Amino acid sequence: MSTPEDRTPVSITGLSADHPLLQPAARRPQLVERVIALLFLLGILLGAVFMVAYVKNWAAWTLGASLGGGFSCLGAGLIAWGKYLMPRGPFVEERHSLANTQADRDAFAAAIVERGGGVLKRRKVLGGLLGAGVGIFSLSMAFQLLRSLGPMPKGILFHTDWAKGTYLVDITGRRVNISDLAIGSITTVFPEGLQDTDNGQAVDQTVLIRLSNQDFVTRKGRETWAPQGYVAYSKLCTHLGCPVGLYEQELELLVCPCHQSMFNVTNGATPTFGPAPRPLPQLPLQVDAMGYLQSQSDYLEPVGPGFWERRS
Amino acid sequence: MSNTASTKRAQLASAGPYGKISQAINELDERLGVAKGGRTLLDKIFPDHWSFMLGEIALYSFVVLLLTGIYLTLYYVPSSSVVTYSGTYLPLVGQKVSQAYASSVDLSFAVRGGLLARQMHHWACDIFVGSIVVHMGRVFFTGAFRKPRETNWIIGTTLLVLSIIEGFLGYSLPDDLVSGTGLRIAYSIVLSIPVVGSYVGVFLFGGNFPGTVIIPRFFIIHVLIIPLILLGLVGGHLALLVRQKHTQFPGKGRTETNVVGSPMFPVFMAKTTGFLFVVAGVIALLGAFAQINPIWQFGFYDASRISYAVQPDFYMGFLDGALRIWPAWEFSAFGHTIPLEVTLPAVVLPGILFNLVYAWPLIERKFTKDNDLHNLLDRPSMRPKRTAAGVSVASFLAILFIGSSTDVLANFFRVSLNTVLLDMRILTILVPLIAYPVTYKICKEMQGFAGAGKRKTTNVVTRTVDGEYVATAAPVYVDDANHHLEAEPIPTFVTEPSAVADGSGIRRAER
Repeated sequence: MSTPEDRTPVSITGLSADHPLLQPAARRPQLVERVIALLFLLGILLGAVFMVAYVKNWAAWTLGASLGGGFSCLGAGLIAWGKYLMPRGPFVEERHSLANTQADRDAFAAAIVERGGGVLKRRKVLGGLLGAGVGIFSLSMAFQLLRSLGPMPKGILFHTDWAKGTYLVDITGRRVNISDLAIGSITTVFPEGLQDTDNGQAVDQTVLIRLSNQDFVTRKGRETWAPQGYVAYSKLCTHLGCPVGLYEQELELLVCPCHQSMFNVTNGATPTFGPAPRPLPQLPLQVDAMGYLQSQSDYLEPVGPGFWERRS
Repeated sequence: MSNTASTKRAQLASAGPYGKISQAINELDERLGVAKGGRTLLDKIFPDHWSFMLGEIALYSFVVLLLTGIYLTLYYVPSSSVVTYSGTYLPLVGQKVSQAYASSVDLSFAVRGGLLARQMHHWACDIFVGSIVVHMGRVFFTGAFRKPRETNWIIGTTLLVLSIIEGFLGYSLPDDLVSGTGLRIAYSIVLSIPVVGSYVGVFLFGGNFPGTVIIPRFFIIHVLIIPLILLGLVGGHLALLVRQKHTQFPGKGRTETNVVGSPMFPVFMAKTTGFLFVVAGVIALLGAFAQINPIWQFGFYDASRISYAVQPDFYMGFLDGALRIWPAWEFSAFGHTIPLEVTLPAVVLPGILFNLVYAWPLIERKFTKDNDLHNLLDRPSMRPKRTAAGVSVASFLAILFIGSSTDVLANFFRVSLNTVLLDMRILTILVPLIAYPVTYKICKEMQGFAGAGKRKTTNVVTRTVDGEYVATAAPVYVDDANHHLEAEPIPTFVTEPSAVADGSGIRRAER
């Protein structure tokens, strides 16, 4: 049994091999050896299982279990080896100051200021020219790198593919007829021909809801926008652009599953709850002679979340 | 034959007392001069304290990330081009999906070990970021960031920021429904930056969202650019650690000018290599038994579809929570819009937060006027203001994190979403304000409690023949001897009086 006095930390450097602090910590080394050997054997066994699992193409979890179990056994054995069968210590190492003398620092500073400064002081113009040369290339390359990445934004955040007379189609490309939706039903529509495209799905996506069987007015000035109760709103949440994919039919609320903004579809999709700042833009609709739904025009404002160039 | 053998033996003997090892060292030393430095390295002392393993967890999960990541790059195809799926996952056969998604599903099901590698990669990422955060907490609360280690604090913070970005990029690559929604949100956050937002967003995505370039771009950033920077920074982090040596907790024989612990060779080497195996092993077990990111269940990304109640990885939680509970404060005037409901929580808030973390060593020095070198660590209770500030910020982040599941909470507790949101808004402000004084008070109490934080020693209680009980100190066992922690005395630059127990009603531990 050792006392704390025996274990005053000493430096390991140059310590003779029979020093007490270099002896293993374990009181019963043979027992520990056996446990470690057992762990390593188990590790080897699981390594073999890992190989067999791969060759036989067993389920993924068998691979993971043998790999994880085997690694854990090897690791535990190695840690036990280090903790119980290796020099028990503690040892001490002196920490020498990293700092040099003041004279060394002064000499370093002198080398920079006097030698370097001497060069620059007499050749200010040369230094300036070299700096300007490096500068113009850096600026130019940075600009070119950025500029080549993509087109200028210009109008692309302002417009969608909806236009006067564009037919509304569902995800399969079928036109939507005035008799298709029951009151209270909802579907997602796209401009005809674009239902399969990235832009059609990401930008033009629109929710179509039938609120009644008469023309529906969501707001003043939108008297003709919702023929026979069909209202259409941009499906892009005005908060962060997630699809406003949930419809609470009884409350007539569109809900964004991302951050729970809610929009009241009866009064122009005004947000009633959550972080969305603006109503969903409404798409003005009309019906053709055959009863198929069309858009009257593009959205009258940019769809989706806000950005600097947006006017209101 | 025997002649050449004996000549060889003679050569070995002349090389030095340790035969082949001596010879190898001779050869190396003649060319590189390794003898002295190598010896110093083997004798390097590492302090024995469990909290020093936290950084090792980060390092070793990074190793697992690199290895599993290399495996994944062999099978993943970074392309948005649409193909008709014809692989091994039957429910998807015949559907039009991106190559990125198809290859992610196929490397999970058709490649042996692929699913395990993918799940291990994802788990290793969560453990990597998580262990960095906990490691930083240890460094923060014990004052290990103080002079001379400010540079390593800055490198460490950069590692955290980069690993969060790296995690998000990796999460975006499979092009499944959840990752696509995450990308859409990221695009909207970029758009919200005043003046340059739409340019940065459109340049980054090569046009309007989603475009076709973002996946190959994210891929090369994820597998080459950020890993290279991470590798360099990890190398620098470790090099500084070796150069400046470890900090240590105060204790028997430990001073500002030494390090007490185990030597690099063989003790630390054995323990740390064993720990590498254990970390990798635990990640493999998680990959085997805990499903993570089942992209085949989410389906491929289609911008007009969305899933309900999916959460991002935990390290994005505080951002998502902030976005949920921030009020709808869009600012609009002079023909321009600043979507403050996005800019503030998703751009300004993390900006302030990480800059605060970066600048903390400077901020603290400003207050303490402490310009000394510190190699002995603080007990958190001895620095109540720092500890209280740290707990306050941590509680703020924790509330934001909880806020990222408002919908789940509302369902679980069967209360309205409005109530949950309102509560979260109040708690976000209230909890950090309460956490500071409460933590401060607890620290002060602990200072007054003489035995706080010290390992209790064992007493042996004996009954004498007369029936009297006598307590005597038990003998000290080998492993107890290392743990006589003595708190560092409060240095003179801290002016606040410490709570002294005498007569103040605070119980003082008697020994």
